[in-house]
Amino acid sequence: MHPAFSVIFLTTLIGAGQGLFLALFTGQIFSQFKLMPEQHDSNFYVIGSIIAVGLMAIGLFASFFHLGHPERAWRSAAKWKTSWLSREVIALPAAMGAISLYGAAHYFGFTTPLFTMPGGTEIDATLLLGLASTFTVYTLFICTGMIYGCIKFLQEWHSPLTVINFTLMGMASGFAVATALSAYMQTDLTKFYAVWAILFTVLAFVFRVLSLVRNKKIKPKSDMRSAIGVNHPNIRQMAQGSMGGSFNTREYFHGKKAGFVRNMKYIFLVLAFIVPLALLVFSLGASSWVIPVAAVGIQYLGLIAERWYFFADANHPQNLYYQQIS
Amino acid sequence: MTQLALVIDLNVCVGCHACVTSCKEWNTSGPAGSMVDKNPYKEDPTGTFFNRVQSFEIGTYPQTETVHFPKSCLHCEEPPCVPVCPTGASYKREEDGIVLVDYDKCIGCKYCSWACPYGARELDEKQKVMKKCTLCVDRIYDEDLPEKERLPACVMSCPTSARLFGDIHDENSDVSKAIREDAGYQLMPEWGTKPANHYLPRRKVKMTIHKDELERVDNPLSKEERKTHNAPSDSPSLEDMTTW
Amino acid sequence: MKTIPIVDKTPKTQAQGVEVKTTTCYMCACRCGIKVTIKDGEVRYIQGNPDHPLNKGVLCAKGASGIMKQYSPARLTKPLLRKPGTERGAGEFEEISWDKAFGIMEERLGKLRAEDPKKFALFTGRDQMQALTGMFAKQFGTPNYAAHGGFCSVNMAAGMIYTIGGSFWEFGGPDLERSKLFFMIGTAEDHHSNPMKVELAKFKRNGGRFIAINPVRTGYAAIADEWVPIKPGTDGALILAIIHELIKLGLYDREFLVQYTNSAELVDMTPGSHEEGMFLRFEVPEEEGCFDPQNKLWWDRDLDIPISTHTEGVDPYLTGEFTLEDGTPCKPAFQLLKERVEDYTPEWAEGITGIDADTIRRLAHEMGIVARDQKIELPIQWTDAWGKDHDSVIGNPVSFHSMRGLAAHSNGFQTIRALSILMTLLGTIDRPGGFRHKAPFPRPIPPCPKPPTGWDDVKPNTPLNGMPLGWPADPDDLFVDDDGEAIRLDKGFSWEYPLSVHGLMHNAITNAWRGDPYPVDTLMLFMANMAWNSSMNTGEVRKMLVDKDEEGEYKIPFIIVCDAYHSETVEFGDLILPDTTYLERYDAMSMLDRPISEYDGPVDAVRIPVLPPKGDCKPFQDVIVELGSRLKLPSFTKEDGTRKFKDYKDLVINFETAPGSGIGFLAGWRGKSGEKSLKGEANPNQWEMYEKNNCVFHYELPKSFQYMRNWNRGYLHWAQEHNMTRYDEPINIHVYSEILQKFRLAAQGKTTGRQPPDRLRKRVETYFDPLPFFHETLESQLTDTKKYPLNALTQRPMAMYHSWDSQNAWLRQIHTHNYLYVSPILGRQNGFDDGDWVWVESMHGKVRCMCRFSESLEPGTVWTWNAIGKASGTWGLDPKANEANKGFLLNHIIAEELPAHDAGEHVSNSDPVTGQAGWYDVRVRVYKAGDDEPEVTSPQFKPVKPLPGMDDRRKTKWQAYFAGGFRKKMGLK
Ligand SMILES: Nc1nc2c(c(=O)[nH]1)N[C@H]1C(S)=C(S)[C@@H](COP(=O)(O)OP(=O)(O)OC[C@H]3O[C@@H](n4cnc5c(=O)[nH]c(N)nc54)[C@H](O)[C@@H]3O)O[C@H]1N2
Ligand SMILES: Nc1nc2c(c(=O)[nH]1)N[C@H]1C(S)=C(S)[C@@H](COP(=O)(O)OP(=O)(O)OC[C@H]3O[C@@H](n4cnc5c(=O)[nH]c(N)nc54)[C@H](O)[C@@H]3O)O[C@H]1N2
Ligand code: SF4
Ligand code: SF4
Ligand code: SF4
Ligand code: SF4
Ligand code: SF4
Ligand SMILES: [Mo]
Repeated sequence: MHPAFSVIFLTTLIGAGQGLFLALFTGQIFSQFKLMPEQHDSNFYVIGSIIAVGLMAIGLFASFFHLGHPERAWRSAAKWKTSWLSREVIALPAAMGAISLYGAAHYFGFTTPLFTMPGGTEIDATLLLGLASTFTVYTLFICTGMIYGCIKFLQEWHSPLTVINFTLMGMASGFAVATALSAYMQTDLTKFYAVWAILFTVLAFVFRVLSLVRNKKIKPKSDMRSAIGVNHPNIRQMAQGSMGGSFNTREYFHGKKAGFVRNMKYIFLVLAFIVPLALLVFSLGASSWVIPVAAVGIQYLGLIAERWYFFADANHPQNLYYQQIS
Repeated sequence: MTQLALVIDLNVCVGCHACVTSCKEWNTSGPAGSMVDKNPYKEDPTGTFFNRVQSFEIGTYPQTETVHFPKSCLHCEEPPCVPVCPTGASYKREEDGIVLVDYDKCIGCKYCSWACPYGARELDEKQKVMKKCTLCVDRIYDEDLPEKERLPACVMSCPTSARLFGDIHDENSDVSKAIREDAGYQLMPEWGTKPANHYLPRRKVKMTIHKDELERVDNPLSKEERKTHNAPSDSPSLEDMTTW
Repeated sequence: MKTIPIVDKTPKTQAQGVEVKTTTCYMCACRCGIKVTIKDGEVRYIQGNPDHPLNKGVLCAKGASGIMKQYSPARLTKPLLRKPGTERGAGEFEEISWDKAFGIMEERLGKLRAEDPKKFALFTGRDQMQALTGMFAKQFGTPNYAAHGGFCSVNMAAGMIYTIGGSFWEFGGPDLERSKLFFMIGTAEDHHSNPMKVELAKFKRNGGRFIAINPVRTGYAAIADEWVPIKPGTDGALILAIIHELIKLGLYDREFLVQYTNSAELVDMTPGSHEEGMFLRFEVPEEEGCFDPQNKLWWDRDLDIPISTHTEGVDPYLTGEFTLEDGTPCKPAFQLLKERVEDYTPEWAEGITGIDADTIRRLAHEMGIVARDQKIELPIQWTDAWGKDHDSVIGNPVSFHSMRGLAAHSNGFQTIRALSILMTLLGTIDRPGGFRHKAPFPRPIPPCPKPPTGWDDVKPNTPLNGMPLGWPADPDDLFVDDDGEAIRLDKGFSWEYPLSVHGLMHNAITNAWRGDPYPVDTLMLFMANMAWNSSMNTGEVRKMLVDKDEEGEYKIPFIIVCDAYHSETVEFGDLILPDTTYLERYDAMSMLDRPISEYDGPVDAVRIPVLPPKGDCKPFQDVIVELGSRLKLPSFTKEDGTRKFKDYKDLVINFETAPGSGIGFLAGWRGKSGEKSLKGEANPNQWEMYEKNNCVFHYELPKSFQYMRNWNRGYLHWAQEHNMTRYDEPINIHVYSEILQKFRLAAQGKTTGRQPPDRLRKRVETYFDPLPFFHETLESQLTDTKKYPLNALTQRPMAMYHSWDSQNAWLRQIHTHNYLYVSPILGRQNGFDDGDWVWVESMHGKVRCMCRFSESLEPGTVWTWNAIGKASGTWGLDPKANEANKGFLLNHIIAEELPAHDAGEHVSNSDPVTGQAGWYDVRVRVYKAGDDEPEVTSPQFKPVKPLPGMDDRRKTKWQAYFAGGFRKKMGLK
């Protein structure tokens, strides 16, 4: 597939935004359940939420560049019953809305317990809104992942790993952002987030490598024989009927040499996982916010490369019909 | 239920591209139009077409076959391109199975095209909406056209009548008969899309020659032997011996 | 943006404001009937006309792209004059009025006509009105006129017409409706494009077996049941070997040969006599008219004596050796054929053609057996020319079609003779399932029109005495001076190419430049892209067009180009005349030229404008009529000296071949009120009647006149009565060609009449063999084939017409540039890979291009699509267009002249009999281009700029055609 930058930005940015929210909320839960010291600085949640929603908003904004008719974008919510894209279109603003409310609740200090759970845990509005946001965020992860994962023709994508990877990479990057943010704001949560970020980065790395391994082994379901229905091992295209190219040659081919694509793979493995991992580990023992911020920046570049590769790696069966221009 | 479709006979398609340009010509000024061209007179001209003819070589010399292969939207019975469309712009008509795009609803997200394994959809890069073969829905029901012209433009133009049009759910239709009798097949059946359009394979006519057809007694060469009369013979013959 | 949701089941697409008109397509020379729907003054839609006999409603890629030709930015709209003081070819033109243009031409041509008419040369390309242009040239009095036939397929026309009185091409074709076995030899697309496709598909569906003989498997050959790859230029060997096998096994139609051909006629074998090789005749009357007198002899099998041919009840020998009473040794012609093919065994042919002997034998067996055993008998009564009644028409259902794969070789004439004879041996001429003629064919062998014969026929202010193009029957019909040298500029009808019945347009520019045989003053080119794809040695020809003599004058002083588009040739004109498109003019596809007849009878057709001319475009026909009138050429002038015809439309109605002949351009709706067909007085409403009848006139012959027309008394009478022909004599097939023998006898010095100059004696003696024989192409004979081992071919893509479709925004997307197709074996041997840049080099030059590996070609052959490459900036294209940078023209490495050899220094690269251009003879080698070389094709030419009056759309990024608003939206004039 031809990597579209609007979609690359969309998926990586909202992933990070979603992850960041989950990090915030994880922090809150941990303190709520007294698993770690309470965070008194609600600013952190507010700013975190703003950043999370901001990232998602930029992603959303980027996504408009993907549309031929952004002014009709509202129509795209229509088919939520069948279309994961439609569902994403609903889930994304829902998540953004929920996170905004979550941030607002923190801002306005709606922390008066509403009721107390049997275990003695006090439930306040932020927690409820956080839960709701969590729900929308996971829904969004699933929707985004499934947009790609549900297309069975793109065998590289058609796997639960797509949803898992989108989620894990979102979490990894989101927790890394949280780490950086808390380091910058000098909260006590830095180490906490760093550990989580390390954990998710490792997990994301493992699953991404898993998917690379899987994709390497994919045997394309279609070949020339089934494409044109002639049973012969040796079929070559001589003309595709449009020598100046067509939508089909532009949308489905990355147009880069194999070496470039391979390099992109190594680049993303290093930038999205290995370098940030090292920096995060390093940051555990340091107090400077520069290191986690650097980790975030580098990881984001890595994720762009990862998403580029994600597209380029996917081989659409339609390509069988578009191999030779003459 | 009706399922309209094209059946394309690869046995006679000579790859002339008449179906390609007549499709563009009909559609460019119709409801699906215009069918834009980018760089029409510059480097790398490219444009929107609903139908393309491709050529393939099969085998190695001298056992090579050349196959010309026209391809447009196959109007799948299980069209994967439809449910993915977020706006409902892509839809399959109940009444005749034609898969269409409503250009007024389409947001140009291209998602449906990703979900078509055949590469049958093309984004109109000027109008930014997804386009594809309409099965000439604006011809086949158009009562302003003479009845025998209520056919897809490509079908009308095809000089080899390699393009048959009809209802594949009607067992008695020409298309159903062709599929049944001439081994019609679907493209990429492995995906379960159940394309309505079918293709008919090459069918070879061979000749067997029997030995007795080559060595015949009524060979005209026999007439060419010079019929000269023999001179009377002096050598012994039955006449010398017998008395009847 | 106009986007209507398609939800309504009954959308009104044929909305208000549309009208439908019929006319005839001219996106190629096939001439299909079309219906043009116009919406608000713009073409909404062009479709095939279902009521047209030729295409029956179908269309082709080009025909369906007519809109893009009509609105092409390459269109010329103003008469243009090269700016005074600028160089020819520099592209500096100024707009002038038609009045001025006519003034210039009138003055110049008037002077030439009064002083030296041969100095005006008119050459026309894909011209469908040669009846008019030829008449103009004749009336002008210049011998220098020809159309594209000479570089196109004259071998096919002459080879077959000199044998069976008809040909493929527009003259006849295979009866695929009834055929069972069909051989297509060397055809990629053909003139009869759509009908061929229609019929081929029907034929296959009816279970016919289709065999393609072609070095390349594309297009039609793709759907063949069997592909027989052959080495280019060797079909003669294949066909002769098949004939060998058929004769050896007796798989020929003996009765057909005896009755309808000269096979059984006795040939004088007296060695050394001036009659050697001529038929024996029982009396030698002065031959009256152009037909074969029935005065030859057979050898009677029963009586064992010579006897007059076609004597009732006589069965003659086809083989043997006989002696007349006076001691004259003789043999039936068939015996000579048998002897000729004796050594042409399948094994022999295998070594030449690359087809194995078993395959050759099998092909022979297949055709022989199907012809013999699957006979068709139609219950149609007919009477033959000798008065014998037949209860049925018999057909041997084996058919053939062939075109330039045979024709465009310098051995093509003899190869095509061999093919015609093969078809004859199988008994398939004008019979069901075989070959069928189309009116006005069959013609006498050869047809009657004759060229002028000497300088006396060319006089100032006088029409040419003779037809500019004709059909020589013996050396006295040649158009040569007292030394036997050419009189025509193109050297047509000279001893170099005696039967060049369509001229040699491909040598006109080179000869004019060299002044050989003489310089000309004004060269007028119509509808021929002579500075590009229709000339050989294109790069050099382009230089000749601008070359000057010592005095600084152009060697070709004045060039007039009439084109509708900005072709490469337009750049070289001094005066440019903008023609209309086919949708803007009246045209007649006339019986006087090459009509579109069907097997069942004559058909002619017209074009009627469906749109007004753009800008100042003027139909060339009207230009000719105007010029003819201004010059007061007899046919265009009344007795009182005033002009006879208002315009072309008027001329078509009122012109008669001779006063009161009743024969004019159009055969339909003649007579005062249109009540007559083929012949009759002028009908003032003839155009309207054509218009009402789909622009086509179809005369269906009675069934009994539809077959065996060479010998069908009823048909021959009918043809004579309707002035299709002058004689109703039978047209027997020339298995043995006495006509060729006459030229050979002259070359041998055995005759008293005209003889060739000494340098050409050997050549004429060799190639004017009365029986078909195989020889290597002239180019191969003169090339170091070790150095240049490969054959390079071009062929036509179905979706492009020569050079003129790159201006078409739709078609150029299908063929944007071209590759050289090569066998992977060749690539591996020479170290280049699929897609690499390579040089293709012949002994004449080289071109650089990209290659593509292909398995569907004979490995010793390389090929490319014809005329896709363009000169930078022409055709309304941006100089960066792929056509100019990745596209290439093979013509640069094909020479118009052979290297100097015995026959002369500047002999055309053409068939020695007909002057047919040997396009497909070129021998090449292919090697990888250097890595440091630029990735553009070579040669490149300086980009040209748009001409005044053109809609410059070179930089247009988006073009969206929508009928009824396009021009306004695009801001076009
Ligand atoms: N290498 C190679 N060269 C070949 C051949 C080959 O097989 N191989 N084939 C040869 C053969 S068979 C032929 S016939 C020639 C064809 O060669 P040409 O006769 O040169 O044919 P075109 O390229 O179509 O160009 C004809 C010219 O007519 C102009 N034209 C088109 N429509 C109109 C019109 O309505 N009015 C006027 N006035 N002009 C018009 C076009 O703009 C163009 O300039 O090419 C020959 N050249
Ligand atoms: N679409 C389209 N149609 C056209 C034209 C066009 O430009 N475009 N041009 C028109 C004109 S002017 C003409 S003359 C006709 C020509 O019509 P065709 O004769 O069909 O045209 P070519 O392309 O010259 O085809 C020659 C074929 O002969 C094969 N061939 C070459 N050499 C040999 C040989 O030695 N032996 C055999 N057996 N085969 C050989 C080539 O591979 C090729 O397939 O087409 C007309 N129709
Ligand atoms: S061919 Fe493609 S676009 Fe057409 S219905 Fe099937 S999946 Fe959809
Ligand atoms: S491009 Fe248009 S038709 Fe396709 S999925 Fe998007 S909205 Fe639907
Ligand atoms: S059916 Fe109509 S829209 Fe579809 S390919 Fe044919 S002409 Fe084009
Ligand atoms: S028009 Fe017919 S023969 Fe020509 S390419 Fe299309 S399907 Fe094939
Ligand atoms: S074959 Fe095509 S281009 Fe030629 S006349 Fe017919 S429709 Fe027109
Ligand atoms: Mo031609």
